[in-house]
Amino acid sequence: MLRKITMTINGEKRTLEVDDRESLLEVLRERFSLFSVKQGCSVGECGACAVLIDGLSINSCIYLAVWADGREIRTVEGFEQDGKLSVMQQAFVDEGAVQCGFCIPGFLISATELMEKKRSFSREEVRRALSGHLCRCTGYQKIVEATEKGLK
Amino acid sequence: MEFRIVGENVPRKDAVAKVTGKARYTRDMGMPNMLYGKVLRSSITHGRIKSMDIHKAESLKGVVKVLTPFNTKCHNFPTAGHPYNLDPNHQDIADRNVLTDWVRFYGDEIAAVIAEDEFSAKKALKMIDVVYEELPFYLDPEEALKEGATEIHEGSKNVVGHNRFTLGDIDIEEAFDQADFVYEEVLEVKPVQHCQMENQVAYAYVEGNGRLVVVTSTQIPHIVRRILSSALNMPVGNIRVIKPIIGGGFGNKQDLVLEPLVAMMTLAVNGRPVLLDMEREECITSTRTRHGARFYMKTGLRKDGRIIAKQLKVYGNGGAYAAHGHAVIGKMGGDFYRLYPAEKAVEYESYTAYTNCSVAGAMRAYGTPQITFAFEAHMDNIALEMDIDPLVLREKNMVQKGFVDQLTGVPILTCGLPEIISKGKEYIDWDKKRKQYSAQTGDKRRGVGFALFGYRTSTYPVCLEIGGARIVMNQDGSVQLQMGATEIGQGAATVFSQMAAETIGIPYEMVHFEEFTDTDVVPFDPGAYASRQCYVSGKAVRKAATEVREKILKRASGMLKIQQFALDVQDGNIIRADNGEVLCHVGKIALDAFYNRTDADTITADVTEVSDTNCIAFGGCVAEVEVDIPTGRVEIMKVLNIHDSGKIINPVLAEGQVHGGMSMGLGYALSEVMLYNEKTGAPRNNNLLDYKLPTLMDTPRLDVLFVGENDPTAPYGNKALGEPPAVPSAPAIRNAILHATGVKVNKLPMNPQTLFEYFCAAGLI
Ligand code: FES
Ligand code: FES
Repeated sequence: MLRKITMTINGEKRTLEVDDRESLLEVLRERFSLFSVKQGCSVGECGACAVLIDGLSINSCIYLAVWADGREIRTVEGFEQDGKLSVMQQAFVDEGAVQCGFCIPGFLISATELMEKKRSFSREEVRRALSGHLCRCTGYQKIVEATEKGLK
Repeated sequence: MEFRIVGENVPRKDAVAKVTGKARYTRDMGMPNMLYGKVLRSSITHGRIKSMDIHKAESLKGVVKVLTPFNTKCHNFPTAGHPYNLDPNHQDIADRNVLTDWVRFYGDEIAAVIAEDEFSAKKALKMIDVVYEELPFYLDPEEALKEGATEIHEGSKNVVGHNRFTLGDIDIEEAFDQADFVYEEVLEVKPVQHCQMENQVAYAYVEGNGRLVVVTSTQIPHIVRRILSSALNMPVGNIRVIKPIIGGGFGNKQDLVLEPLVAMMTLAVNGRPVLLDMEREECITSTRTRHGARFYMKTGLRKDGRIIAKQLKVYGNGGAYAAHGHAVIGKMGGDFYRLYPAEKAVEYESYTAYTNCSVAGAMRAYGTPQITFAFEAHMDNIALEMDIDPLVLREKNMVQKGFVDQLTGVPILTCGLPEIISKGKEYIDWDKKRKQYSAQTGDKRRGVGFALFGYRTSTYPVCLEIGGARIVMNQDGSVQLQMGATEIGQGAATVFSQMAAETIGIPYEMVHFEEFTDTDVVPFDPGAYASRQCYVSGKAVRKAATEVREKILKRASGMLKIQQFALDVQDGNIIRADNGEVLCHVGKIALDAFYNRTDADTITADVTEVSDTNCIAFGGCVAEVEVDIPTGRVEIMKVLNIHDSGKIINPVLAEGQVHGGMSMGLGYALSEVMLYNEKTGAPRNNNLLDYKLPTLMDTPRLDVLFVGENDPTAPYGNKALGEPPAVPSAPAIRNAILHATGVKVNKLPMNPQTLFEYFCAAGLI
């Protein structure tokens, strides 16, 4: 069944009709070309599809689009300001955290969630907060280091 | 060699695109009017299709076409990403077709639906009725090779390949007779999967001019093109393969998995674009895996610890199709022989068997992690039995600079092994901890372990090694660097740009590298595998860049009226070679080359370089673990990989490669394994929840150290680094567990289940 929903995507209000079986991942990729939202498993195992929903990092592949009605959605496409990378994006670039890059938007989403809490985190807290994301390239080391740098 | 840009931590070319979501992977592209393909996979492990009814599926709304083995025609093709061999006796085995009526593993491709949308395609799959006639299946290579076993491929006797060599002056048995100590055992490793984060994906269409275009997430665009040509019986020139940015490969994409089928699909619908992307479950089961293997190993030594005879028989699990054939298991022979050469005799024999497991192929380090696990475990077992320090045993036997490989003729000109051992010992406080942990009791016990390896850079002389590079200078003096070598996440675009900038004499930022590899544009190069690109394709970059530099200097000399030998290019400027005085910017020379009314001749170079040398990268891993005996859990307290990969082109990128390899090695050691139902042959853990890829919480701090000197055979002193990091962690952890518990665990993975069984058998539990 089609339903009409309204959500804010990267700062812009959008109203559209979605099939109630559609995931938020499908809607963001296919209707809004937000290709940073990656699909690594489509069942909530890999974290590549994470987006910020009202400030929380959530796997969009197992989040129905209809649930997003009235919510604020953010993806890494919306992180740059005035043509400048966000502090966290810049930290990922500077620390060499990026390899194939497929997992990276997902990590940036969770790292940004932490950053917006505006407090300090122990390494253990950072590790746990990022542990829902799988990466096969980096062994996670530089991703954790970059996140810590971005949080400073 | 003095370098200015090679060796520097310049920023990755693609990092910004990847943190902003601008990087385009295959699934992010697509075409208007694109159809969606889905594959019907067998729900039995081995058997024949007696009948297949597609009527209901065909009449479903949204379905455009249903392909079956009975209505498609395609030549059998080989799938391995190997360079073509002109000798028919050395070509890969052509045992695959796009769809099959002879099912050889659970998840084999038996039909395909092309539909207007994904939903209809998936629905149609469920409406295809298949009647099978089942055959006996084999999950173990030695079972499949038994006399009288049912053949998985007709006439094969289930042998994909067999290899045997002997070296030395005397017979192996005679050598064992002369030994003071002989040790013999069996070791085993199981299949694992790459789990690159981007699943296999491709789309294809026919252009208005009739040419077939395949856009695919591959490591080997030019090889894909050549194999498509033979599978479809279409001239190579009529095929164009494009590789966008790719989300990891690790060998899984050094093989043709989707491309022939997706090409067939578009041809079946008059060239309309068709997308075929795999789900994670399909990717784990139905692409490629790392070969499992069983090793029968026997070594004879003198009292003083010198190895005089070594013998190894390997049975490799090739899975349902040949793919890389016998190459992976066959390569183990060289690794086995080379690291600890035996004084008197070596005998190696290997079989790769067809089984009904998922198809084995290339995976990061191509057989070396398996064989290194086996012989490094074997070395520690021998050291324990002979009561010698395992590192002393290694030092007495390991290969040295000046050694010439009798199998390949390749000399070892640089060898960092002594430094690897000394730095590793220092890091872990080896001597102290070997003593301290030697007689522990209680539930939690600690141990330290070491493992070494050697790794061949590129495939020479087994295969032809050829690389291509084209450099085109722009009006501003910057250059386009075009290569058939591929960026697959490892950082190739960045390091090739560093090399070009270094040799031409321009800043790194002035080298532009297009990450989309388009066979219509880039020169020939077989692609990303065998840790070959920096070495082989790097030689092509050096050659092209040297040519460009010469052309710049020649034109500058004419323009400035100064003799060419008195000029140099540095930092993008033409300078006086003797005093460094800046004369002009290269942009000025480039502009003249484009627009000079009497003497225009743009500055370009388009080269091919055949690489006829090779070198060995060395490395090791040292680890300290704590084993919890009752639960079989292992905690890694400290772990360091040390690599002699010659000159490190970009240390930050290189460290990243090592971290990733270590993580893969730790997964191989402790948790990863593909499980099959013994009764049905069906996969039991083909998803990322049950397949235990290391998560962040499983991963300790990973320490990295580079040692060694520049290799004289390499373009920039560099040796292999892409794959080697995945090699030594598993045996190092294993040897640390041996040190902690005294239990010889001869099997991977060393997950709690395996360790619990070993500890029970040893009476510890
Ligand atoms: S795609 Fe959503 S968690 Fe993997
Ligand atoms: S960078 Fe490749 S999966 Fe994380």
